Amino acid sequence: MLTAMHKQLLNDYQQDFPLSPTPYQDIASSLGVTEEDVLLAFNELADEHFISRIGSIIVPNHIGVSTLVAMAVPVEQLQSIADIVSRYPEVNHNYERENRFNLWFVMIAKDDEYLQSVIETIETESGFNAMQLPLLADYFINLGFEMDFDD
Amino acid sequence: MNIDKIDRQIITATQAGLPLTPQPYQTIANALGLSAEMVMQRMMVMQDQGVIRRIGAVPNHYRLGYKFNGMTVWNIADEYINEMGGRIGQLDFVSHCYHRPRHLPEWPYNLFAMVHSKSEAGVKEQQGMIAELLGGYNLGQDVLYSTRILKKTGLRIGR
Repeated sequence: MLTAMHKQLLNDYQQDFPLSPTPYQDIASSLGVTEEDVLLAFNELADEHFISRIGSIIVPNHIGVSTLVAMAVPVEQLQSIADIVSRYPEVNHNYERENRFNLWFVMIAKDDEYLQSVIETIETESGFNAMQLPLLADYFINLGFEMDFDD
Repeated sequence: MNIDKIDRQIITATQAGLPLTPQPYQTIANALGLSAEMVMQRMMVMQDQGVIRRIGAVPNHYRLGYKFNGMTVWNIADEYINEMGGRIGQLDFVSHCYHRPRHLPEWPYNLFAMVHSKSEAGVKEQQGMIAELLGGYNLGQDVLYSTRILKKTGLRIGR
C-alpha cells in the first residue's frame, strides 16, 4: 500500500511541484532520496490511481467559459438523460446526486454564445430545463487538501 | 489577463499531466517545438498572474479512502457572501468553495463548499463545522452526495 514516501509526496506536492529543469531530482534532494526513488514512487501512485496526474491546475474561466448545470429528472429517466448529456464533448463531469436536482454536470466552451447554444440543444433533446450555476467567485485559499492517513 | 496561443498549448499539455521523466518540461517543450526555458518561464508568469493556480500531484480522493464527497450548499445574504466564502474556503477539509447564483424559488443556495470524508458521518460533521462557522449568516443549507459518476474527463475546450 502507501509507503511513507508516497504519503509525503501526496501531502507535500499537491502544489509547489518544482518549476525547474529537473523537478524530480529537486524533490529527491529535499527528501534525501534519489531521483529514481521519487520517479518510482510517483509511477506507483499513478499506476494505482492514487493520483490522476501531476499537472498544472487552471483557475476556472481563464480558458473558455464554463458553468455548472443541474437538472431535475425523474429517476426512471435519469440514465437515458445522463447518456444524452454525456455525449456532448462540452460536458466534462457528470454526476448523479441525491436531490430533486439529481443530474449535475460541468460544461465548458470557447465562448458564452456557443455554450448557451449547446445548453439549449441539450434542453431540447432531453426535454428538461437546465439550471445554470456559473461561478461568480472562487474562494480558493486552501493550499491542497490535507490527507489523513492514520486510519 | 490575456494568454496567447503558445500559453494555451502549454496549459493543454501540462494539465494533461507532466511526464514522469527526469526533465518533464523539456519533454513538453520538445513536443511543442519550444525550449524548456520558455515553457517554464511562461508557466511562472501564468502562475504569478493567476491563470495557473498550482502545479502538483492531483490526488484521487476516492481511491485514497475519501469515498464520501458532499457538495454542501448554503444560503448566505449577498452582502456577506465574500466574507463567509473567504472563511469557508480556508477550512482544510474544503477542496472547492464557490459563489454561484440562486435560482428562486427552487434553488435558494448561493455558496457551494465541497467536502471530502471517509464516512457519511464525517461529511455531516464537516457540514456542522461549516454551519457553526457561519452562525447567523446561514439562512439555509443542504448537502448533496454524489451517488454515481456518469462522466469524468479532463478539461477540454469546445469549439
